[in-house]
Amino acid sequence: MKLTVGPNQFFWSPERWTSFHNDLANAPVDRVVLGELVCSKRLPFYQNLIPDAIATLLAAGKGVALTSLALVTLKRERKLTAELVEMGVEVEINDLTALAYLPKSSKFSVGPLVNVYNEGTIAWLASRGATRICLPPELPIAAVQTLATAAADLGVTIEVWGHGRLPLAISGRCYHARLHGRTKDNCQFACEDDPDGLDISTLDGQPFLAMNGVQTLSDSYACVVYQADALARAGVAALRLSPQSTGFDSLCQVYRQLLDGTCDAAHAADAIGRIDGAVRLSDGFLTGARGVDWSAGTTEPAQV
Amino acid sequence: MVMEIVCPAGTPAALRTAVKAGAHTIYCGFADETNARNFPGLNFDRTEMREGVAFAHAQGVKVLIAINTFPRAGNEAIWHRAVSDAESCGADAVILADIGLLAYAAANHPNLRRHLSVQAAAANADMINFYAGAFGVKRVVLPRVLSVPEIAAINAETEVETEVFVFGGLCVMAEGRCSLSSYATGLSPNMNGVCSPASHVKYLEVDGVLDARLGGYTIHRVAQDDAAPYPTLCKGCFGAGDKTGHLFEDPVSLNAERLIPQLQKAGVRALKIEGRQRSRSYVAQVVRNFRAAVDALDAGKPLPEGMLTRLSEGQAVTAGAYKKTWR
Repeated sequence: MKLTVGPNQFFWSPERWTSFHNDLANAPVDRVVLGELVCSKRLPFYQNLIPDAIATLLAAGKGVALTSLALVTLKRERKLTAELVEMGVEVEINDLTALAYLPKSSKFSVGPLVNVYNEGTIAWLASRGATRICLPPELPIAAVQTLATAAADLGVTIEVWGHGRLPLAISGRCYHARLHGRTKDNCQFACEDDPDGLDISTLDGQPFLAMNGVQTLSDSYACVVYQADALARAGVAALRLSPQSTGFDSLCQVYRQLLDGTCDAAHAADAIGRIDGAVRLSDGFLTGARGVDWSAGTTEPAQV
Repeated sequence: MVMEIVCPAGTPAALRTAVKAGAHTIYCGFADETNARNFPGLNFDRTEMREGVAFAHAQGVKVLIAINTFPRAGNEAIWHRAVSDAESCGADAVILADIGLLAYAAANHPNLRRHLSVQAAAANADMINFYAGAFGVKRVVLPRVLSVPEIAAINAETEVETEVFVFGGLCVMAEGRCSLSSYATGLSPNMNGVCSPASHVKYLEVDGVLDARLGGYTIHRVAQDDAAPYPTLCKGCFGAGDKTGHLFEDPVSLNAERLIPQLQKAGVRALKIEGRQRSRSYVAQVVRNFRAAVDALDAGKPLPEGMLTRLSEGQAVTAGAYKKTWR
């Protein structure tokens, strides 16, 4: 299996953004999706850095794609989407708006925020030019297997959310702005201080979610080390690692070793725990009763 | 043209009530996972649906059937059958969200009118026109993320009819793009047709304090004599940084009755009332109010004064994203 780095979901300084993408050139990953997924207001801060990052990654032999915004409502955002398809780089659609602008003949990939739940949807997307689909993280492993089989018949590559805080919801409302008593239009970039999102806890102080502007993420970091073998057997071609502000290079190394067979799942989980011991992991969407659940390798290996 | 009032019916009795109360159109679903209100004791079996449609049609009222969850991998036949049965029951349209199901319906039931569910969250004219071009969608239910001026802008750029929610439960997240519920409980709107399901709710009383929990997470806490709101995830009470509160949305429901004239000017064709899980008396009262409002508007008379607030959950209402400052 290969490794894809998904688009950064958070609002990072231009310096952090550039150094992160420069480091990816040397990381053991195969493909990088970049660009702004969550909030169009962030893009002007680093838009001019994107072409250089693309060039660097291509020169390093990485596959590169640009993401569309996850929610497009404003005229400015529609224009951004239209411009995206003209940049000469493969587009990963994370909202169907981009299909209005993609020429019928062009190939594209589909991100995890497009609702791909069944064979009929894959068949339609393939007929429209989709060559690669990262499935929604909500899907259980049996569904992943069914969809990977259907996709293989259509020549579509299937990717699965491998690691990182799960994108659970997107809204018209900015929660970071709301927390600071502001509106989205006058947000004053309240999200910039939280490079991995702002932790949200329950009334019992139990960690639960994370806010990231208009996006809501899981508190836990999805981690599929215990399902990687089963996913490979199911026909999944790549795992997606979602950018985090610290320890990302180590994380890429661990997953590479796991997929190369030089490290087993338990050791990979231990190594990931050492990168940031305060982080909670989950793999429940694939094999648990609830998305938040963590198997810790204790459940029977998924029979695929 | 009088704006169309689109009213929910969770049961055959509610359908008859809504028809008598003056609904122009009823929407409902089959009693299974194919619709986004898959609650115990709710919805229609095939015979009930056929009879319900016949009853409505006899009164000149239309029936739309919502098949608006996302078909499960390996089990698409259940959803395909629902589309086929909707047509044979005489439905005036089906309300769909899934691309694969839209493609199936367009290819196999071309004469069955297709509406795009709010669960598809088509939030701009490009996307709406894409659904019209690809799948022949005639009407779109707009997601609750748009302001009235944005709705007007959409209508200026599309031939597709628009329908908007005006009353009832309010999704805070873009609809059909939220897996908060399955993260906490294993059951989600997209996959199971439920959100924050009652099966995972627990109320716990300790030392005069009443906690409401969903999936083990405490997201409401009130004094034991106070009314505890239902623990819907996005309207729960949480902590972040040094603040504690309703970080996503207060326990409010949508009431846009005062915006009806502006929505009409914005080119909106139909007004939708949420609540297939609601009682007959609730449905009747809401429908009568909204019907009176659109009739008054059509006759050039002032809107009747608001009477709906006490029907709203938590006694508090919002105009939601229709007012830009909501964001």
